[in-house]
Amino acid sequence: MSDDAPPLPRQREPFSLTNLAIDALLIVVALLMLLPLILLIGNAFKTPQEMLAWPPNFLPQNPTGENFRAVLADTPLLRWLFNSLVFALLSTAAIVATSALAGYVLAKFTSRILDVIFVVILATAIVPFEVYMIPLYFQVQKLGLLNSIWGLLIGYLVMSFGIFLIRQNVKASIPDELIEAARIDGANEAWIFVRIILPLIRGPIGALAVLAFFQAWTAFTWPLIVSTTTESYTVEVGLALFQTGFTIDLGRLSAASALVLIPSVTVFVFLRRSFVQGVASSGLKD
Amino acid sequence: MLRRRLLVFALLALLPTLAVYAWVRIVPIGEVIWLSLHRWNLMSRNKPFIGLDNFVELTRDPLFLDAIVNTTVIAFGVVAVTVPLGLILAALIYHRTRARLAGFYETAVFLPHVVSLVPAAMAWKWIFDARLGPLNAALGWFGIEPQSWLFDPVLAVVCIIVLCSWQTLGFAVVIFIVGMKNVPHVLYEAARLDGATAIQAFRHVTVPMLRPIVLYVSVVTLVSGFNVYAQGFVMASDTQGAPGRLVRVLVLDMLENAFRNYRFGYAAAEAVVLLLVVLGLTLIQFGLLREKGGRS
Repeated sequence: MSDDAPPLPRQREPFSLTNLAIDALLIVVALLMLLPLILLIGNAFKTPQEMLAWPPNFLPQNPTGENFRAVLADTPLLRWLFNSLVFALLSTAAIVATSALAGYVLAKFTSRILDVIFVVILATAIVPFEVYMIPLYFQVQKLGLLNSIWGLLIGYLVMSFGIFLIRQNVKASIPDELIEAARIDGANEAWIFVRIILPLIRGPIGALAVLAFFQAWTAFTWPLIVSTTTESYTVEVGLALFQTGFTIDLGRLSAASALVLIPSVTVFVFLRRSFVQGVASSGLKD
Repeated sequence: MLRRRLLVFALLALLPTLAVYAWVRIVPIGEVIWLSLHRWNLMSRNKPFIGLDNFVELTRDPLFLDAIVNTTVIAFGVVAVTVPLGLILAALIYHRTRARLAGFYETAVFLPHVVSLVPAAMAWKWIFDARLGPLNAALGWFGIEPQSWLFDPVLAVVCIIVLCSWQTLGFAVVIFIVGMKNVPHVLYEAARLDGATAIQAFRHVTVPMLRPIVLYVSVVTLVSGFNVYAQGFVMASDTQGAPGRLVRVLVLDMLENAFRNYRFGYAAAEAVVLLLVVLGLTLIQFGLLREKGGRS
């Protein structure tokens, strides 16, 4: 038996009652995890009368699209989705750019100063956003960027974990000799980074981009304090305040929620591998 | 030592990132500590230095004490649910890596970690709804009295723990599976030769080998638990005319002091308390790793 074989489930096991029981259990757990989301989407298609049914129906009896029509007509949901999308895309671009460059430099250049810089970056990673968001709010206010996507962006320009992720990958996968050879051939440092390094770290950059996008897309507390006008809400804040503002029926709220969930769930299902890879690498501190 | 030309490139390349770090991380962290030692209300023109007065006041502030108790209960509650459950699920999913449904298990467990929080919280809010929610309906089949989940002070905290655990579980499972893949195969071989059952191998091989990762997941979960805010915000807010009970948590109390009472110095002191909690947890993590000789 070879040593590099994946451990437990090596040999194909014959039919086993234990495995059948485990599968049954896992299916139940998986469905339970999905249940709240399924119920939410079911509610989105219920009529107001059916929402009041007791005991509640699992799935709508006479599905209606009325909730979706109403919520799109009566709330700036599309505007909020647009704000969130632009904010998340800009944040992803900023995080990927800063992380790729800084991660590469911190992986392949050695100097006392760079060590200190890396330690400082790691140290700030420990501090949660909530600790320093009040001073940051005043910075945004001074710049006159409250209620704008730029103001939101200021909180999400860099990600320490991103720098860490790229640094680990560059260290592990790109040999020093490759860079040395390019230097001997007369390539300058910027060219080496753009033409040699970047193509080699597309995988981790993809994983980081997915993480960064979802981080901004699901941000709540920061957008809640920076955006205070209906026009400037992100979709998370818009939805949360939408349900506090009026006494509206749950069917519409569910329809709005479903509209927000469907794109992100779809994206996740397609990008699951790079997502899981990104999250998983967070546990692998060297 | 690096050749000068290379060092110049390295520093130039880092400059934009460092400038952003200084601007949006390091300066604000410094400012929050500075603010916490000063009295600054919106009205006051100057910000006198008052030493630790803000912190002394915090120790006598019933709202803050309520917040810190709730937040601590939530943070530890989520860890108590997530870590054991995550370990068991990860072991089972890992055991069935070859099964046709393996991808489905992983996706289903991980999805709640990814979806937007507000829509997810709304789904849970309906589940917990006292009059119309399916949870009370399901309890009714077993003859259990309906509970007013979101209104009772204790149950409302339980609801937040359930919601947070549902969201965090997938993260724990993914990290644990990665850890399990790294456990050397020979250990399981040895355990099997010694006649250990699968459950014994899990208990005596997997769990001890994963200790550093369990510690890591626990600390990350605790830290995010101490930052809990949005979950309570959504579950307590008003639908169908009935506001739930607002569970006072640290971030909520801080935001109220800052943006409702305009006591920024005082709110900054709360932020510093949060910072100290997080630093303490991180130090404990590193301390334990060193003590156990873990592969950090």
